[in-house]
Amino acid sequence: MAASLTTGIGKGGGVPPIGSGWGGGGGGPHGHGGSRRASFTGLWVLLAAIIMFFAALVSVYVVRRGISDDWVATPLPSLIWWSTGILLASSAALEIARRALRNGRRVQFNGWWLAGTTLGLGFLAAQYMTWQVLWESGYYMASNPSSAMFYVLTAAHGVHLLGGIIALLYVALQAVRLRLGPGKRTIADVSTAYWHFMDGLWVFLLVLFLVRG
Amino acid sequence: MSEPAAVPVHHAPRGFVRRYIFSTDHKVIGLQYFFLALFSVLVGMLLSLAMRYHLTNPDAKVRLFEMLWPDGAAGGLMTPELYLSLMTIHGTIMVFFVLTTAPQSGFGNYFLPLQIGAEDMAFPVLNMLSFWTTFLALVVLLAAFFVEGGAPLGGWTAYPPLSAIPAAGPGQGMGMTLWIASVGLFCVASLMGAINFITTIIDLRCTGMTLARMPLTVWGWFVTAIISLLAFGVLLAAAVLLLLDRGAGTSFYVPGGLIVNDRLLDHKGGSPLLWQHLFWFFGHPEVYIAILPGMGLVSQVLSVFARKPVFGYKAMVTAMLAIAVLGFVVWGHHMFVSGMSPYSAIAFSVLTMTIGVPSAIKTFNWIGTLWGGSIRFETPLLFAAGFVSLFVAGGISGIFLGQPTLDLYLHDTYFVVAHFHMIMGVAAIFGIFAATYYWFPKMFGRSMHSALGKAHFYLTFIGVYLIFVPMHSVGLAGNPRRYPDFKEFEFLAELGGAHTFISLAAYFTAAVQLLFLANLFWSMWKGRPAAANPWEATTLEWTVASPPPHDNFGGVTPQVHQGAYEYSVPGRSRDYVMQSEP
Repeated sequence: MAASLTTGIGKGGGVPPIGSGWGGGGGGPHGHGGSRRASFTGLWVLLAAIIMFFAALVSVYVVRRGISDDWVATPLPSLIWWSTGILLASSAALEIARRALRNGRRVQFNGWWLAGTTLGLGFLAAQYMTWQVLWESGYYMASNPSSAMFYVLTAAHGVHLLGGIIALLYVALQAVRLRLGPGKRTIADVSTAYWHFMDGLWVFLLVLFLVRG
Repeated sequence: MSEPAAVPVHHAPRGFVRRYIFSTDHKVIGLQYFFLALFSVLVGMLLSLAMRYHLTNPDAKVRLFEMLWPDGAAGGLMTPELYLSLMTIHGTIMVFFVLTTAPQSGFGNYFLPLQIGAEDMAFPVLNMLSFWTTFLALVVLLAAFFVEGGAPLGGWTAYPPLSAIPAAGPGQGMGMTLWIASVGLFCVASLMGAINFITTIIDLRCTGMTLARMPLTVWGWFVTAIISLLAFGVLLAAAVLLLLDRGAGTSFYVPGGLIVNDRLLDHKGGSPLLWQHLFWFFGHPEVYIAILPGMGLVSQVLSVFARKPVFGYKAMVTAMLAIAVLGFVVWGHHMFVSGMSPYSAIAFSVLTMTIGVPSAIKTFNWIGTLWGGSIRFETPLLFAAGFVSLFVAGGISGIFLGQPTLDLYLHDTYFVVAHFHMIMGVAAIFGIFAATYYWFPKMFGRSMHSALGKAHFYLTFIGVYLIFVPMHSVGLAGNPRRYPDFKEFEFLAELGGAHTFISLAAYFTAAVQLLFLANLFWSMWKGRPAAANPWEATTLEWTVASPPPHDNFGGVTPQVHQGAYEYSVPGRSRDYVMQSEP
């Protein structure tokens, strides 16, 4: 895929550049600016729904931990630091790629985007390996409310990230088909913003596991 | 009508499947939702009739019951478990697939883009996915009747531990699992719909359609979408954990030391109250999801048929927003009998009473809109006025139930059943009827029969009061709810007459709905052809042909110069000014 991703070099899009920051754009509701704006609005609204979903799970975490005496903290495997590092790196790679696309450096975009996507898949693999380590140490879903919550939250986060991976691959496909450029990059920007959010959400969950484990 | 009707620039897809089945056109999707809700309401109504019949004739052997449910009604005699499963599916189907689906997803999808001057929703493919996920959720829910053990018994609130333990009874096995799956799918579908509605309203309004010029219907859909967005994710999370308690051996909701069918369960440490908090955090806002689109529609209809601007437009918008915010902080009033601290009960009670303020503002403004108007007594107006009546009548008993001291007595009686049917059920249904009669000419290009419509209104209006007023009394007398029959209770014997009366009123009201069905389907094909703007209303959907072309405005983006309620404007040749008129 790397080879085909780079075939878009130099073929600039005919569409004029659109605003430079997040959620920029403008113009009428049916123009390109309008569709860019709607894409970002859709994203923010989606994130609000996701926040409520995780807020419910986290409130169960806090309440279930507080109401009874059967909560035994699940030890976090050291692997979790590796997966965190991988996720942060993937976010950084996607951000560099996004900026490269905005400035019309499409070769750079292709490389960094591919790196970011691969690291994202790497994070999911690392999370699965974390589960394996826990299984080997005898921590299953039904072992304890703390391990149950760990599996639920990491799985819920993983499912949302998997959705993000699909978006990243879709963007890659658009790049392969030479459909991206400085004037047509909303999908890359929106996917990156979603990815950063998932990154932040993971850091929040990690802090929760550490502080209220 | 002075405006030329739009002609399509983008034609609809030619193939039948792309055009009518997997369509991305918001109008087709709106109709799909409308007919899904119509099917659901008929199923839900038939279930309620079966329940009412059983309550008043507990020993009757009904061949039809045996044909439908060979296990639950062997020999035609309905078992208590079958009664409870009918109640569960009745509640679930009515709340989710009728009251949540028709006003918001049905009419909202059809008319939101038209009213704000957009070609379609912001994300048409997501819109299509949302409908088909809802459809799948309905199929999964109804499948619960046909699996081993039948449908679940716990009501639409699915309280654990009953709902968390498959061995707890027939219907709590596969039936309950299907129920949770259905609700989970419905949550996902509703979230997709909410994202679409909010984005469309924020970003796709045509030039000149400022927030203050939006019809109150659009405000109703907007506020409802925001509530859905914030509420359904919580129910989804709760449902996932319930599934895990059932299948993966976790104990979120199930306490320790529980013995079910003579067997000590392995679960320990969970709390059924956890589910109640999560469920009602969703469940109370859900009430407003059902009623807010109706409120918007009623404001619209009263103004159109009184030929007057809506009284207090900004107050109406503010009241909707206030109801939405307060709706998220009162869930505890469903849990007064759960053993919660009296201090939190008082806090929830005071907040609940506060909702009376925006509700009263709305009612006052509806009456103010009618006051001194040149009222045209058409069917939509009658149903809108009926909505106001039922909203007040049903709301007043809410003030009783919002007080912990009274609720402790009334909570498990028919008083609650009467209350929520009146306000959430029937008032919202009247909103749906008003919307159907009001928008039918636009959707199908023909008019519904007026005299039949009025007869439908008067008979239904009388019928629902005949059902639910005595039901309040039965509740005050201490009649418990969720009981399949009252044979064993001597103190309820003298209420038998009232129950018979309620059942007869229910059969009567259900029969009257045949008038509606006949009118609806007859008018679709044989109704008098309707003009583009038969009610002389001002909003944008009335500037296009009936039914509107595939791309709504024929490729021309409309421009808005007026507010939505310019009626009886002095100095104009006619008594209304279209929003698109300079």
